[in-house]
Amino acid sequence: MSAFIWLTVMTALRILGRNRLRAGLTMLGIVIGVAAVIAMVGIGEGAKRAVQAQIATMGTNVIIVFPGFTSASGVRGSQGTAITLTVSDALDLKKRVPLLVDTGWSRRDVMQIVNGNRNWNGPVNGVSPSYLTIRDWSFSSGGTFTQTDLDSAARVALIGQTIVDNLFDPGEEPVGAIIRLKNVPFRVIGVLSPKGQSAQGSDQDDVIFIPFTTAERKVFGTSFIGSIGAMFASTAQSEDLPAAVEQMREVLRARHRLQGEQADDFTIKTQVDIGRVQEGTSQTLTIMLFSIASVSLLVGGIGIMNILLVSVTERTREIGVRMAVGAKRRHIVMQFLIEAMTLSLLGGAVGIVLGVVGAKLTTIVAGWPTVISSDVIVVAFFFSLAVGLFFGLYPANKAARLNPIDALRYE
Amino acid sequence: MIPLIECNDIWKIYRVGDMEVQALRGLSLTIEQGEFVAIMGSSGSGKSTLMNILGCLDQPTKGFYRLNGVEVENLRPDQLAEIRNQQIGFVFQSFNLIPRTSALENAQLPLFYRGLSLKEQRAKAAAALQRVGLSGREHHYPTQLSGGQQQRVAIARALVTAPSLLLADEPTGNLDTQSSREIMAILEGLNREGITVILVTHEVDVAAYAHREIVIKDGQVLTDRPTKTRTQTVGV
Repeated sequence: MSAFIWLTVMTALRILGRNRLRAGLTMLGIVIGVAAVIAMVGIGEGAKRAVQAQIATMGTNVIIVFPGFTSASGVRGSQGTAITLTVSDALDLKKRVPLLVDTGWSRRDVMQIVNGNRNWNGPVNGVSPSYLTIRDWSFSSGGTFTQTDLDSAARVALIGQTIVDNLFDPGEEPVGAIIRLKNVPFRVIGVLSPKGQSAQGSDQDDVIFIPFTTAERKVFGTSFIGSIGAMFASTAQSEDLPAAVEQMREVLRARHRLQGEQADDFTIKTQVDIGRVQEGTSQTLTIMLFSIASVSLLVGGIGIMNILLVSVTERTREIGVRMAVGAKRRHIVMQFLIEAMTLSLLGGAVGIVLGVVGAKLTTIVAGWPTVISSDVIVVAFFFSLAVGLFFGLYPANKAARLNPIDALRYE
Repeated sequence: MIPLIECNDIWKIYRVGDMEVQALRGLSLTIEQGEFVAIMGSSGSGKSTLMNILGCLDQPTKGFYRLNGVEVENLRPDQLAEIRNQQIGFVFQSFNLIPRTSALENAQLPLFYRGLSLKEQRAKAAAALQRVGLSGREHHYPTQLSGGQQQRVAIARALVTAPSLLLADEPTGNLDTQSSREIMAILEGLNREGITVILVTHEVDVAAYAHREIVIKDGQVLTDRPTKTRTQTVGV
């Protein structure tokens, strides 16, 4: 049997080699279908990974709570403008929601930052030390500030790479330097490791962190001491996120004395929610991709079926001879099926190569990240095999059902 | 000893539209092992139909046909294929080699369906080609061979399985006199080695190679007698 299959494959290759143009044109549908799928899955997967990496820069299992908006005689302010969230909310949540590992808080303002004769306008964030651990900030030099710095409202600052690039000469050591925010001198004690773009596309390294207390007392001039711009919390496991969110909501509603019908005066979001939006986009892409692939594989398969029907007619006499010398139905079926699968597999292989090359070219030319997983290649391979098998069945059966006498006499 | 071929009251009826065509009408025939038989008849006599039935390519509508004692009229197509593969070698008027396939591979074909190993297939096919005098032409394609040589490849393909019956349907119909003589000499030699040869022809001098001549007319045996010219031979 193995000799039979081997010889049949060789025969199929020889027959296809004889009609190269015909075989090539027949395979085109499969080639295009498979190449499109491989390239687009590669691009889609690359984009997904990039987004996932960006979301991961937020920290691990992060929950963000924003205050609600102000409403003055029906005119609503933007989200976060209300002063409904406070430091004591954050501290209390940590105590009353055991699922939370830690809570942190921040408040931000954009202002001029001065170092010697240089200046830069950037966001200054007053934060709690816990904020930095929740958001997974690490340091390329120096270190973080402590609870003591927070308690004493120390004038120390952590600066992001973008700030370093704009305020310091290349090679100049930022740690230990004095910068000024609204004319208040701050000592730089740490440079943050770069995080790159956020999932929303903003530069996460254009940032300065100072202790929250220092910010509200000496820089921002806050009218309501203790009100925060956003609260951050984290859980140990991502499975805990929904429960933690529910408990936080209850605690916050109680603390804010919200009655049954009243809407929340805050918004809680998790990292998973943010990721889900991105996943939705890539799901749409996947569905589109799947339809394109199905259509082109269908067209390719019909092409294969068509050319095999022609081949069966052309080789009717040959089929008759094969039957006369003892070919059984299954031998004839196998012969044409193997021919069909050889065609579709060759098409699939060419498509895979073209798809991988196309994806790599996209990376080189357009700079989009692409990821070619071996899964996609294996799936494409078996899919083209299946197309050959499926669309080869009809012509193969047609050949096997020929009457040997009629086939031998066929002109 | 069982006769190789035993036909008893064979009928073959075709329907062409609402016309009924009786190609064979109660034909009976017995052929012993080792015979060299020529079947003659004009076109429409039913000799092709008889050949197809004898070759297990077709089955009779009525009557029974035993090949080597096995009744073949109720067998399924795959079982018939098996019998053709094991017991029958075909030689056709138009050679019927598979195009763009070497002489060796053409001769291998029946063994290929028998499922022998590639090595065995090649060795037996090469031996069969040698038997018909085509050593050294194993890798020629049909288009590179003369008509006589192509027919010899076809004979090699027929005898590669060591069949008990060789059916030759107008084997010299497309050949010149010289090639015809060579082909008939090969068939004669094979018969001498013990293979039963049944030859369908309408040429009297080709039929003369056989030992027995059966004339078919209107789907029945008209005459069945030993050939007279046998002793003279080679009178093409």
